[in-house]
Amino acid sequence: MTKITIHEVTKKYADHTALDRMCIDIPEHCIYGLLGPNGAGKTTLIRILNQITAPDSGQVLIDGEALCQKHITHIGYLPEERGLYKKMKVGEQAIYLAELKGIKKAEAQKRLKEWFDKFEISGWWDKKVEELSKGMQQKVQFITTVIHEPDILIFDEPFSGFDPINANLLKEAILNLRDKGATILLSTHNMASVEELCDSITLINNGKSILQGRVNDIKRQHDTHQRELIVRCDDFNKVMSVADTYNNIKVEHTDLPDETKLTLFSESPNELIGRLLEIGQLVSFKEVLPSMNDIFIQEVQSQNQAS
Amino acid sequence: MNKIGLIIKREYLTRVRKRSFLIMTFLGPILMAAIYIIPIMLALNSSNEKMRIAVVDESHWFEDRFNDTQEHTFVLMPGQPIDSVKEMVKTGIFDMALYVPPTQLNIPSNAVVYSIRQVPMEVETYISNVMEKEIEDQKLMANGVDPEIVSAVKTNVNLQIMRMDEKGNEKETFTKVQFTLGIFLAMLVYMFIIFFGGQVMQGVAEEKTNRIIEVIISSVKPFQLMMGKVIGVSLVALTQFVLWILLTGVFYVGFSAYIGISHPDMLSQGTVMAQEISNNDIMSNESVQSIVQIAQSIDFGTIITCFLVFFILGYLLYATLYAAIGSLVDNNTDSQQFSLPITVPLIIAIISSFYIVNNPDSSLAVWFSMIPFTSPISMMVRIPFGVPIWQVVVSAVILAGTFVLMTWIAAKIYRTGILMYGKKLSYKEIFKWLKYK
Repeated sequence: MTKITIHEVTKKYADHTALDRMCIDIPEHCIYGLLGPNGAGKTTLIRILNQITAPDSGQVLIDGEALCQKHITHIGYLPEERGLYKKMKVGEQAIYLAELKGIKKAEAQKRLKEWFDKFEISGWWDKKVEELSKGMQQKVQFITTVIHEPDILIFDEPFSGFDPINANLLKEAILNLRDKGATILLSTHNMASVEELCDSITLINNGKSILQGRVNDIKRQHDTHQRELIVRCDDFNKVMSVADTYNNIKVEHTDLPDETKLTLFSESPNELIGRLLEIGQLVSFKEVLPSMNDIFIQEVQSQNQAS
Repeated sequence: MNKIGLIIKREYLTRVRKRSFLIMTFLGPILMAAIYIIPIMLALNSSNEKMRIAVVDESHWFEDRFNDTQEHTFVLMPGQPIDSVKEMVKTGIFDMALYVPPTQLNIPSNAVVYSIRQVPMEVETYISNVMEKEIEDQKLMANGVDPEIVSAVKTNVNLQIMRMDEKGNEKETFTKVQFTLGIFLAMLVYMFIIFFGGQVMQGVAEEKTNRIIEVIISSVKPFQLMMGKVIGVSLVALTQFVLWILLTGVFYVGFSAYIGISHPDMLSQGTVMAQEISNNDIMSNESVQSIVQIAQSIDFGTIITCFLVFFILGYLLYATLYAAIGSLVDNNTDSQQFSLPITVPLIIAIISSFYIVNNPDSSLAVWFSMIPFTSPISMMVRIPFGVPIWQVVVSAVILAGTFVLMTWIAAKIYRTGILMYGKKLSYKEIFKWLKYK
């Protein structure tokens, strides 16, 4: 079922169009990636979802209902540019932010204690924010984002500023939240985390959606039928003589003197494999799907050239 | 609890708990009390060290004219050459020496004071007053006028100012008291607006530079955040104000009690002196009776009501503007530049109040107390002199209306400004923001 429907949303600023008739359907219980180069319009879209700004035209539906004031408590938002009141104590501040989201003080206190234990920062409750390291502040911020147990979570570059251990902790927390039923919108430039976490994505460029779908489907669509083979054969010339009969092949030496790497762009590698087996031993064979990174660059560049 | 209440609570508590609030709370009354206390302290201390002044009077006119006072003792040195007396001053036997050469009536007198230290103003004034008086008397006598007659002729005119209304009621007014009160109230409003308006601006700029702003406004509307801050800070201002009044009272009572116990004789004298200094001599003519009359002539109820109305409305108007300015700030140096347009009317108002206080019913005064950006200050200057009720009401309504309009504009600027980073802003661009949805 669709959780969030963004329909023909347009937002213009004085000198440019931030969003141009944007349409996105975000299904329930998934992690949805929002990708795009800087200035593509991601932040504007996120701010519209958070009702920080309003669209010039088009509509946003949540569970089929027009976005309105009451949805604020259903959304948790971790902005890219985030901070805390430096002079305020951590616990006090977390309770304040939870109360602003409509949680009663006692309930907020209870839930915060659990999260603080989970993130191993209970000792920081009475410290001032300015005494915390950046990573610690990020943890507190993450907790304040999810404390009201919203069914929609919007994370803008959630991993920036985290060390690998804490990034992993965060990743698990995000997956856990999805499993519990939250719908998560993830905006990031970190393509590795997109491949790891996202079920579906939309790629935005210049305020338009240029690519949409499930991550696996997108990868399939962009499949260049690239197959990578490594063959062990003492006589490199023999390998070359086989390879020379194909025009869609690339031959490279590997670190080992008797192994050669062949990259084939074809849907039917069987014939090549058969011939290589005659002259040597096949060490490995794999299908190479394009990375999201490659797809991102390719799509954005081709769209920029077209316009 | 609703969200704006939560914001007000946070703004209030974080500010009231700050050390600087505590310091201001105690420093304010101390400064105010100092105005009262310091003259008394000075009076108490200066009486301890009497100045010894040697007098060498070769004219012999003034020998019995210099009377010892609390501050100085005069010692006549008849027949002593001035040079040897000067030596005594050098060795510290005397603090200073007055030398009067032989004098004739038609020749201007050339007396000299020799001193190692700076001669106090009062000594200088005292000596020249005594000498002038004596020479005048001598001249009058030379012309056959009896000095007795002269002193009998001297008159003190006690000019009473009576304000009438249409019904023929008359009321005595005390211009100097009203003058002082008017300027004091205007200064108070001015200081509170600048200080607490500045706090609103800093608070907004802090949220912006801290980057907490986007987290907050995903929970509350920017308007709620802005108004929460403005109202929260206003409550801090009122708290501070009330504490100041209470503490000033405590200091005043405490100090009076201390003086009463340790220097019983000084109390009445000190009080009169302090009042003379702080109230520009109003007490010098008729003291006790007029204090009661003055107190009765001032309508404290009206003044306090008007002060609260104009202070609160004026603060709200300026605080929302300060909030809008704060939202434009990327770093603190910018704030000076952007806050200039709103400090200018305040400065104009405070400068003009010195003209208004001299003629509180002039057309300039009336206009300034109607224009909403100057009225909180200009009206307070006029209030102690009595302002027609319709003018007060009209001015307050205009001020309130402007506050609503400016809040609408400020909220639009604020809403966009808080999310703008690293962009050079022009007024033209800010104007465009008003049209954003």
